[in-house]
Amino acid sequence: MKIAVLSGKGGTGKTFVSTNLARVIESSIYLDCDVEEPNGHLFLRGPVLETDPVALPIPVVDDKLCDGCKKCVDFCQFNALAYTGQRVIVFDKICHSCGGCEIICPQNAIKEIPREIGKIEIRSYEDTRLYTGMLNTGEESGTSIIGNLLQKVSEEDSVVIDCPPGSSCVVMDSIKDADYCVLVAEPSIFGAHNLKMVHQLVKLFEKPLGVVLNKTLGDENPSEDYCREKGLDILIRIPWSDELGRYNAEGMIAAEQKGEYWQMFSDLLHRIKEEVKG
Amino acid sequence: MKQVLVLSGKGGTGKTTLSSSLIKLSGAKAYADCDVDAPNLHLALEETLEPKNSDFYGLPVAQIHSEKCVSCDLCRQKCRFDAIDVKDVYSVDRHACEGCAVCQLVCPADAIEMIPRITGHLQLYQNDHVFSTAELCMGSGNSGLLVTEVKKGLKDWKDKAPLAIIDGSPGIGCPVIASISGVDLVLLVTEPTLSGFSDMERIVETSRGFPAKIAVCINKYDLHLGNTEKIEKYCMENHIAYLGRIPFDLDAVSLLNSGKTLVDK
Repeated sequence: MKIAVLSGKGGTGKTFVSTNLARVIESSIYLDCDVEEPNGHLFLRGPVLETDPVALPIPVVDDKLCDGCKKCVDFCQFNALAYTGQRVIVFDKICHSCGGCEIICPQNAIKEIPREIGKIEIRSYEDTRLYTGMLNTGEESGTSIIGNLLQKVSEEDSVVIDCPPGSSCVVMDSIKDADYCVLVAEPSIFGAHNLKMVHQLVKLFEKPLGVVLNKTLGDENPSEDYCREKGLDILIRIPWSDELGRYNAEGMIAAEQKGEYWQMFSDLLHRIKEEVKG
Repeated sequence: MKQVLVLSGKGGTGKTTLSSSLIKLSGAKAYADCDVDAPNLHLALEETLEPKNSDFYGLPVAQIHSEKCVSCDLCRQKCRFDAIDVKDVYSVDRHACEGCAVCQLVCPADAIEMIPRITGHLQLYQNDHVFSTAELCMGSGNSGLLVTEVKKGLKDWKDKAPLAIIDGSPGIGCPVIASISGVDLVLLVTEPTLSGFSDMERIVETSRGFPAKIAVCINKYDLHLGNTEKIEKYCMENHIAYLGRIPFDLDAVSLLNSGKTLVDK
């Protein structure tokens, strides 16, 4: 079973929920798809067992073969190529690695070479295996790292996917194989607005979903109002507490600190399993 | 016009809270929300004006005309984004398609057309001030292009507004890079957690690829004094301007929920 944890707004507690869920699942796999700012390994702390570089093919133009026809420059939809009057230059970081320039070049002057854009670090912590995607700083897109991460797991694995914030293509890529989506929301109008955006995204895929109301404070909760209005399942409410705040600040797993939190996340897992079974 | 961009790396550290308060305090006449993935600044700053709405066209999307398709499979083989589905007929997965047009290039039957696609909606509010914001369409890519368009909304105010404050997005990728380009100061707001610190180091590294100055402040500093001190030490050691601490206050949430900024009272 694959459980995706997402939120729209950042900082609502995706990593908190996903690392704790990963711990209460026996022999789980935790995938950190927030490749721009991965943090799961700060909580599930184990030595790096292996590092897989992730590379994308980018074009290199052989100036001796290029006759300056500019067909590649005109074709590139991403404006990653430019002709200076003497030669074609490639803007590596804008290139989407579609391979179109190599196909269109009548002189066969373009070849592709791999360029490293990030890596996947593999760790183990207790009986949890972590795969952390990390985009190199200065790189634009981690889509291919997410693709590689998702290929690390098989159908039989019990997987928790910690998604990036937002509602763009990288979130979509992260949830597309999930059996269940957990939406983590905080009690603010910002949280509720982004919950709505991410709810619409998950609906596009027709995935079963439930909401974790995190950091709740008293009665006021715009995110809870949204759940009621749309009839969304509220899986659990986790009240704001100094204790959880401290665990989070220091990179500690709440479920390992206290039996009551272990129970809370076990109950959450149970609810999810029931929902997936239908 | 000097442009200040508020970034954080980690989400939820208080970018919008800080941006909205700074806008109110400074009386800035120009501001924008570049977090097109999850825009919220409009919720913090009440606008009574009607915005000028416009659609933003990103890269086009491929469409296969099945009556012309000869099922040669070339498009599927050449697509690097796994965007060609084969069921009864060949079709395009609109969400996976990045609009590169390679399928159209290789199709021997001229069966593929690139169709314009709306990837975002822009709103521009202006009378005695300008507020430029946008929302990315669900699951769209290339949000950097939309961010650049949001910033263009401030262009006409270059001479009229001495200061612009821009709310940014979390992360270090495409929309962040698009937002940093051309700003004068990157104001990083972080929080005293291991995640906040680690993510701040990555956004500092990213920002250093640009000529903009970098400054740091710590929000909710009293949630963990030990980590606050570590971040302060990091700033000193790395010669990053350190602006100060903002305390944690549970009342801030209800204030923001009533549509106010922290400096309205």
